[in-house]
Amino acid sequence: MIRWLTSPAWDQVAHYRRLWLYAIAILVMIILVAPTLIVIPMSFSDSKYLTFPPTGWSLGWYRTFFESSTWLMATKTSLLVAVFTVLVATPLGTLAAYAIHESRLAAMSGVHAVLLSPMMVPVIMVAIGLYFIYARLELLNTKLGLVLAHAMLAIPLVVITVLAGLKTYDMNQERVARSLGAPRWLAFWTVTLPQIRPAILNAVLLSFLTSLDEVNVALFISGGENSTVTRVMFNSLRDEIDPLITVVSTCLVLVSVTIVLVVQLANRKSHQ
Amino acid sequence: MTAASYFTGSDEAGSAATLKDDERRERLAIAGLSLPALLLVAVCLIIPVGSLLALSFIGAQGNLSLENYQRLIDNKAYLAIFLTTFEISAVITLICMLLGYPLAYFITLLPPRAVGFAMLAIILPFWTSLLVRTYAWMVLLQKQGLVNSTLLKLGVIDEPIALLHNYAGTVIGMSHIMLPFLVLPLYGAMKAIDHDLIRAAANLGAGPIVRFWTVSFPLSLPGLGAGALIVFVLSLGFYVTPALLGGGKVTMVAMRIQKSVALYPNWGAASALAVVLLVVTALVLLLGLWIWRRNRGNRPVMS
Repeated sequence: MIRWLTSPAWDQVAHYRRLWLYAIAILVMIILVAPTLIVIPMSFSDSKYLTFPPTGWSLGWYRTFFESSTWLMATKTSLLVAVFTVLVATPLGTLAAYAIHESRLAAMSGVHAVLLSPMMVPVIMVAIGLYFIYARLELLNTKLGLVLAHAMLAIPLVVITVLAGLKTYDMNQERVARSLGAPRWLAFWTVTLPQIRPAILNAVLLSFLTSLDEVNVALFISGGENSTVTRVMFNSLRDEIDPLITVVSTCLVLVSVTIVLVVQLANRKSHQ
Repeated sequence: MTAASYFTGSDEAGSAATLKDDERRERLAIAGLSLPALLLVAVCLIIPVGSLLALSFIGAQGNLSLENYQRLIDNKAYLAIFLTTFEISAVITLICMLLGYPLAYFITLLPPRAVGFAMLAIILPFWTSLLVRTYAWMVLLQKQGLVNSTLLKLGVIDEPIALLHNYAGTVIGMSHIMLPFLVLPLYGAMKAIDHDLIRAAANLGAGPIVRFWTVSFPLSLPGLGAGALIVFVLSLGFYVTPALLGGGKVTMVAMRIQKSVALYPNWGAASALAVVLLVVTALVLLLGLWIWRRNRGNRPVMS
């Protein structure tokens, strides 16, 4: 420890001379992480009032959550929509990434740009545009409408992740398989796919999370018995704060933490 | 099948032309694999955005007109909303730069083992629901919240101050949500700095402060610029956090758009506002790209 403190860092300044910088940075890190974690102890509070730290402990809010048909229905909708978003976005995005990577047509850079565009357009514009179109297609307040919208929002993520995976992979392996007589799809399925599996896993997990946490679009196009958790939560936060939100928040945070840890570990493994 | 014709290759004269034809056909076939994704983006993004663009040019009588845009110019309330949006986005970008720079620099100084843990502190909030983080700030910033009670205990303030449902709350909450967007590209740029340049500067007698301002800082600027641009552009279109933390006292463009659609159904006004927001976003991004390209061209070769 002492040797580390007195040794110079890459910028030729010894670590101990910069403890002030470390103090600031650690404070910023605490500010970044702490607010997401305080909801967890709050969900076990026995108080009706949202105080932190809680004064007493109970599982009461969890019981109320499982007795609330509104929240249970919303949870079911959100989970179903997230699963189907993954099932739509992952194959479509993977095929498109393969096409961008392998087809050396000049037009593919345009295709790439179009597929990344859902990240560029202000999300409020996407939301009201979908609201306008879905009203005409009778897709408002349907799970199908939500799945299509969320899959569109997840496409850039899948394309970026899978393209990154393909770049680290030696495409000659697939060419060898094909020169030995395997059709392209078989060569892709048996040779390429197993090797870009970490990238695909990232794409699956992150598109699941994108759909589960998506709020702007869901606010406009979901409703009734197909309301998502985020929509119910937003309305509750705007009107009167329902303590059940701590339970929902805790679940959402735990899903995020799990997924981020799995992705990080998978990435570390694939780097080794 | 390409492979099959390749191996049989019977007629020598035509084979070169056939191969070329085959190759083009195959490239097209592979390109076709992107069609399903393109179709999805077309139906769920390009058609909706295109419809809004068309709607913005249709007047109250269903005629072609510029009245929706004229209203944005005539009505001073709209100008005020745009100015508020720009101001809040600029303040948030500045706060993120001030907090993000030391953090990103700190991570570059850590031993490799610790970097992963430090990155978790940035990636974890990045992938945590926006609503949950906004809600957490509602709890922390309320009158009896942790922030007020800590400040009271420290004697910084004598009575609780209003941090929620106002400008301050909006800025605090949004800065927290945007910070990872700034740190990630900035850290990438800092990590890529060639350590030999610093060593050379040190050998030539430059002290730590001179080294920072003449070598490290200029080399980190592309990352800082990219991060700041992303934060600014995302802030311009933000809806959820200002709607919940602003308490109706702060109106940003996206909130006005939502109101025009949900409250009045006035599609002309909403679509014109959305189109202006899109154009402004695109212009800011293009400006950033232009500056980046220009600097890249001018920078002396370092390698």
